[in-house]
Parts: sequence; structure tokens; C-alpha cells
Amino acid sequence: MDTLAEALVNALKLLRDMDPALLETVGLTLQVTGAALVIALIIGIPTGAAIGLSPGVRGAGFLIPLIYTGMGLPPVAVGLFVYLLLSNQGPLGGLDWLFTPTGMVLAQTIIAFPLVVGLTMAAVRGVDAQLPVQLRALGATRRQTALTTLVEARMGVTAAVVAAFGSIISEVGAVMLVGGNIEGRTRVLTTAIVLETRKGNFALALALGLILLALAFVANFAFYRLQVRRGGGS
Amino acid sequence: MNTYTLAGVRHCYEDRCVVAVEEMEVKEGEILAIVGPSGAGKSTLLRLLNFLEHPTNGRIIHEGLPVGAEVPLEVRRRVTTVFQHPVLLRRSVSSNLRFGLKLRGERPSETEIQTWLDALGLADLSDAPARTLSAGEAQRVALARALILGPSALLLDEPTANLDPYNVGLIEDMIRRINTEQTTTIVLVTHNIFQARRLADRTGLMIGGELIEVAATEKFFSSPDDHRTAAFVRGDLVY
Repeated sequence: MDTLAEALVNALKLLRDMDPALLETVGLTLQVTGAALVIALIIGIPTGAAIGLSPGVRGAGFLIPLIYTGMGLPPVAVGLFVYLLLSNQGPLGGLDWLFTPTGMVLAQTIIAFPLVVGLTMAAVRGVDAQLPVQLRALGATRRQTALTTLVEARMGVTAAVVAAFGSIISEVGAVMLVGGNIEGRTRVLTTAIVLETRKGNFALALALGLILLALAFVANFAFYRLQVRRGGGS
Repeated sequence: MNTYTLAGVRHCYEDRCVVAVEEMEVKEGEILAIVGPSGAGKSTLLRLLNFLEHPTNGRIIHEGLPVGAEVPLEVRRRVTTVFQHPVLLRRSVSSNLRFGLKLRGERPSETEIQTWLDALGLADLSDAPARTLSAGEAQRVALARALILGPSALLLDEPTANLDPYNVGLIEDMIRRINTEQTTTIVLVTHNIFQARRLADRTGLMIGGELIEVAATEKFFSSPDDHRTAAFVRGDLVY
């Protein structure tokens, strides 16, 4: 209990003092997670919608279980894969992305992408199967049909965004391996928590954990407001 | 000019043809009713006429122009369908009405929306969430959403099935009005032979994907040429 109370006090102090190192860590956390989420959404939502709108697509019997498997990818395994990809001997070694925020974004994008695809696909398939036919009958182009179907599936699509965000803001394995937890360069909240725990600074580690939770809550609150506002007319 | 001319149109899935219409004409400005038992291919025929599916064989000529596999958007947008179970969007009734025009890059005025809402007895439901409507109200919204587009051909797939007499009356009145005032060509698929008789200029019978007979509605019901039509009109089982 003492540690918890101390953690709360520490967290408030850290926030009150606007500790520059903390702000840098929080900033990088948001940058890396935000960039990975945006990239995963840009690629993942159209991909999920395309698969969801084409139930008879060739290879679906293999592709969909593959996506479902991807939804449960262990971050540390993704981290190892990206590490090998970006290391000097790896095929992308020339990019010099290892131990950089860009490499961390790549790893988190790989974690978030199958979640976005799988949940978007499920959301699109969850809307009335007659909707695309109805939209075409009203004169919608294929693009308009896909976009309107996505809007109709917005509750599920927002859930995809929330799940993807949650999975990457809280993961530590991939960013630790690919980023290396270098202070001032690649340290994010989760890797900082691991470091402080190892050092025995439990209160500080818990304080960082509380800040991470607060960030996640604020983001999820915003996603929820969006979901409710958009779904308000239903 | 005919709104539609069909020649040798077949629509088949693997070894089964659900539509096999040798000849069919839909004249401009008429109401043509297609009646027939369940599974006769009536709804598939409507989907072909709305270019939602492409026939396996045969030709569909729409307003004088043959229609190929890729139907130009402007041609497709001259036709629309009201389905038996319309899918309304998760938004307000008035927003559903605006939807088709928005797809076309048009913005209907509030007056225009209100006119259609009034015409179909929906004035009080303008801001209501469309998904909370009764079946009759939903069908009237679907009809208004189609009519606001000003289609040259309106395809109706069992538009009043399972609705109460009040809603049937409202919808039938609107069908007549649109046909008379805007000379919209209407193809009405219905199980209800009484409705066909009330509304249609001509009526056709479809069985097993084939169009058995098409005749002026009065003749169709009083002195049909085909014995299956006579049996269907009598209420006998025909398949």
C-alpha cells in the first residue's frame, strides 16, 4: 500500500514538475504509438474492408486464419523479427533503423496491422449483408459502397482502433528489442517502467505506469466520444 | 421507346438458370407487374434490370442502348430499386433521404426533403433514427429515398409485403402518383395478384425463371392465353 501511495504522489509530482526527461519519454511514446497506429489504420482499414466486402475472395480460407493468428502475435516475437530484419546482416540493415524510433514504429505497426484488419473485416461483415446491394441500387460506386459500409460499421471499426492502440501503447517486448531503451532516443514509458523496476525504483515505475494508464484512458475516452457521437443517429 | 428490351436473357448459377427470359419489353411510362410463385426468379430479374447483376447470356437494352458488363454510372443511376426488406442507414430519416443525392454530389434543399416526407406521411419522423422505425414507416422511407432521385425506372420488389392496409394504401397511392405525374416506368414484383390488378397497366407471370405470359392487366386476369396463368389467377398451385 505504501508503495502504491508513494507511486501516486510520485506520479503527481512528476506531472507537476513537468520533468523534462518524463515529458520526453511521454512525447516519444505518443509519437511512436501514434505513428504506428496511423500507418496501421491507413493500410489496415481498407484491407479489412476489402476482405470483409468480398466473402468469396480466393484464398480466404487461408488468409483469414492467418489474420486471426496475426491478431495474437507476441510483441517480443515481432520485436525479434524486426530486429533481425533491421540488423546489419538483415535485409533492411542498410536503412539504419535499428535502435531508432522509426524501427520501433515499424515493429508496432506490424503488431497493430492484423488487429485492425481482422476487427475491421469482422465489423464490415457484421453489417446487413444486403447493404452493399442496397447502396449499389441507390447508385453508389464501389468506393462509395465501401466507404458507406465502413461508416455503417463504425462501432466495430472504432473497436479496431481501440484494440490496436491498446495493444501497442502497452507493449514492451518489441520496442525494447528494436529500440534498445536508449535514454533520450528510444526510451518510451513501457521500457522506462521495466528499467525502473529492475533498478528497484518501484514507486517511480508505478508512477510511470499510472501515467501510461492515464494516457491510455484519455485516448480511449476520445475514441469512445467519437464512437458515441458518430453512432448517435442510429 | 422501351425502357427495357430483353432478348434471350439467362442468368445461371452453375447448372441452374434462375432467369430464362426469351423476350420481354417494359414500355416507357408503364407499370408492369410481375407475379409468380416464390423462387420463380422475379427478384433476380429485378436485379438484372437494376444492373446489380449481369446476365450469363442474352441482351438487355435500356432506353435504346445495349447494356454491357460494365454499366456506365450515369445509366445505372437512372434506375433504382425498393426492396422488400429495405436497408436503412444508421442515421436520421431525413439523412437517409439525402443519401442517394449526396452520392451524386447533389444537395437537396430542406423544402425538397420536407415535400417527400409529407408526401409519404413521414413529416413527424424527419429527425427520428431510421433504424427505430416500424416496417411500414421504414418501407415508406425507402420509397421516398428512391423517389427523390427522380429515376426514369423504379423497380419495386414486394414493396408492401407484410404491411398493414394503411401503409399499403399510402405506398400504392404514391406508386400511382409517380407513374402519372412523372411518367416513371415502374416494374413491380409482387405475390399479391390483387395489387397487380389495382396498379399495373400490364401483368406478367413468371414460373421457373421463364416469363410465361405478359398481357394487359385486364386481359391477364379475365382471359389469359396460357392455362398456367389462368390457374395462377384462380389461386391454384402453379410451379
